[in-house]
Amino acid sequence: MLGRTAASLFWMSRYQERSQNTARLLEVAYRIAMVPHTGADETEDWRNALACAGCEAGFRAKGGEVTPRTVINYMIFDKDNPSSVRTCLEMARNNARSVRTGITSDMWESLNTTWIEFSDVKPQALTHDRLPEFLAWVGQRAQQFRGALLGTILRDDGYYFSQLGHFVERADHTARVLDTRYWILLPDNDVGGTGHRYQWSSLLRALSGLRSYRFAYPDAQLKAFNVAEFLILRKEMPRSLAYCYDWINGTMDDLTNYYGERMPSADLAAAIWSQLRDGQMRDIYSAGLHDFLVDFAARNNAFSVRLAQDYNFA
Amino acid sequence: MSQERAFFNEMLREDGSARPAYARLARWLDAQPVNFLNRKSREAETIFRRLGITFAVYGAQEATERLIPFDPIPRIISAAEWRRLSAGIDQRVRALNAFLHDIYHRQEIVRAGRIPAELILQNEAFLPEMVGFSPARKVYSHIIGTDLVRVGENDFYVLEDNTRTPSGVSYMLENRETMMRLFPDLFQMHRVAPIEHYPDLLRQTLESVAPEGARKDPTICILTPGIYNSAYFEHAFLADQMGVELVEGRDLFVDAGRVWMRTTRQPKQVDVIYRRIDDAFLDPLTFRPESMLGVPGLFDAYRAGNVTICNAPGTGIADDKAIYAYVPDIIEFYTGQKPLLNNVPTWTCSRPDDLAYVLDNLADIVVKEVHGSGGYGMLIGPTASKREIAAFRDVLKANPKNYIAQPTLALSACPTHVASGVAPRHVDLRPFVLIGDQVRITPGGLTRVALKKGSLVVNSSQGGGTKDTWVLED
Repeated sequence: MLGRTAASLFWMSRYQERSQNTARLLEVAYRIAMVPHTGADETEDWRNALACAGCEAGFRAKGGEVTPRTVINYMIFDKDNPSSVRTCLEMARNNARSVRTGITSDMWESLNTTWIEFSDVKPQALTHDRLPEFLAWVGQRAQQFRGALLGTILRDDGYYFSQLGHFVERADHTARVLDTRYWILLPDNDVGGTGHRYQWSSLLRALSGLRSYRFAYPDAQLKAFNVAEFLILRKEMPRSLAYCYDWINGTMDDLTNYYGERMPSADLAAAIWSQLRDGQMRDIYSAGLHDFLVDFAARNNAFSVRLAQDYNFA
Repeated sequence: MSQERAFFNEMLREDGSARPAYARLARWLDAQPVNFLNRKSREAETIFRRLGITFAVYGAQEATERLIPFDPIPRIISAAEWRRLSAGIDQRVRALNAFLHDIYHRQEIVRAGRIPAELILQNEAFLPEMVGFSPARKVYSHIIGTDLVRVGENDFYVLEDNTRTPSGVSYMLENRETMMRLFPDLFQMHRVAPIEHYPDLLRQTLESVAPEGARKDPTICILTPGIYNSAYFEHAFLADQMGVELVEGRDLFVDAGRVWMRTTRQPKQVDVIYRRIDDAFLDPLTFRPESMLGVPGLFDAYRAGNVTICNAPGTGIADDKAIYAYVPDIIEFYTGQKPLLNNVPTWTCSRPDDLAYVLDNLADIVVKEVHGSGGYGMLIGPTASKREIAAFRDVLKANPKNYIAQPTLALSACPTHVASGVAPRHVDLRPFVLIGDQVRITPGGLTRVALKKGSLVVNSSQGGGTKDTWVLED
């Protein structure tokens, strides 16, 4: 396989995953903005969505004022925003287009149809009441693509690179979302923490984990310690850091077997995975939650850089 | 050309009866309910859009990918007609390859006084770098698209020989796929020669011209400029259908005189490159130094005989419009036979007599740029305004060498689906020819159709459409 093909499959999956994450962040902001909450700045939830998606600086550089409308436009339609839904869908499609020979027609038609339908959406037509339906559509298209991929792609190196892009992006997103509000997950907040309940639930919601949290913890009570553990260390949770690295590590083993050669990126992945597999929340707290998350994001990034070197991403 | 001028109707005789090859189709068309073709056209468009069968339009912003309009009524060619056509094409492509070998070696045709030396040596498409070099099997142009027009029952003309990187074959194949999905009953009523093995034939052709001494199972790739090229869909389509890698210049490198692909593991040697980029961009060390599309050192590896480039660099001289007027001479010179297919009479504006005639008759003829393509930079006298003709006159006088002129031909017309129902529209035809260890001509080709009433411009960049081309078997 061409190194460039591997790169395109990796990025195709990253952008596809990111489109869903961006939509989910907006959905949460939209939900919370409808709940009356005292004293808080009305635009805080929207600013928060920008921060979680890592595009606050880019938004500010454009000089706009934070309003629901400006944030929605920036995060859905802005061509200069590398995480906007538009950019993600276009980049996923462009990457897929440059490797038409490396993906199945089901995958291609899924991405192509999404892009064609998205191109027909006019920003002014996306009124407040139409937004939830649109965001749900973005999520469904991402799920549909993922289904097409899992159901049709040959289990060879192409599949592995695509999976790696998917889980590297997801791990990055989860770490980012946690870090933007890590303080609400500090254990001190458990004391008389009722005021934080809606923040914890919004965090879980942003990562599609509110319902599964209730099943994962027998008392179903929202507690900072448990929420943090759930999103970082519980490998049953499909958006937790541990779950992502369980997959990445396994995929690197598969790739090693496939090529008959173990590369340094596989060792990096194994090291990150074992840290999460053996990790305890208490230790993470005592070392500092924020530092842990920053360190994780850096290592996740280092892994993807090393992967690109090892496999000649052009 | 004025709309009133008589043209050959491929389906109907003057008394309104259908010609034999079209008899079944004509009856079937009459039997379809109103709106049936509208519905089928919409279905076809949905299929094309979902599959992403598009071409890019240069200069157009935003909507840079467009669909070529697809006409759902097939064009039909009888078995006897096809036999005559393919014999003529076969003769022509062999002669053109012999011509290419000759002008890059002994130049006998120039010595014999059949073609002026300066027409070759001062031609931009002539590559001095190719002089003295022989590609594998002496084949220069491996994939040729011969543009044909018809003006009468047995009257076919060759309009152009596309010997560099002809495109459109993916539309020929996808049009057929789509037609089989839309009209299975029509296929049952006809014996249509299959074309879907074209990718296999292309692969066999490319394998057959691997360098001598290449490994038994040669590695082939298609070299594309990338996703923004107008024919990118076709590049990806052919790579997919042949099961070979689709590469960009940056995926290849030259080491120790050989060409390699950058893969996720060890580099892999490449034996045959079906390139879809122009000569000037192939190798920045030999040609344009600023080009990012090509592969540094590729030309040296080629001249060392370690890789085959299809089509060979320098083949453009064979489809140069200034050379076109000489193709009948070329055929006679190399085959000793009379040409089976006609050339369109051509005035070469570099000749003073020809230029004088052209300037006097601009309103009646077509003038084309020698190096132009895709319907740009041309004058269609009969439909041009007085001002356009006056402006073109100045351009022509300033640089006559850059132009040729031809009479406007009464192109044949085929039944075509239009807003008002079914009406005749003018067409041309591009059959695709493969030349390797043998000459392989796919029965049919791409029929392009001018969708506007009376229009003779069939280019997709100028709003033309395409239709499936059926060659009937006996």
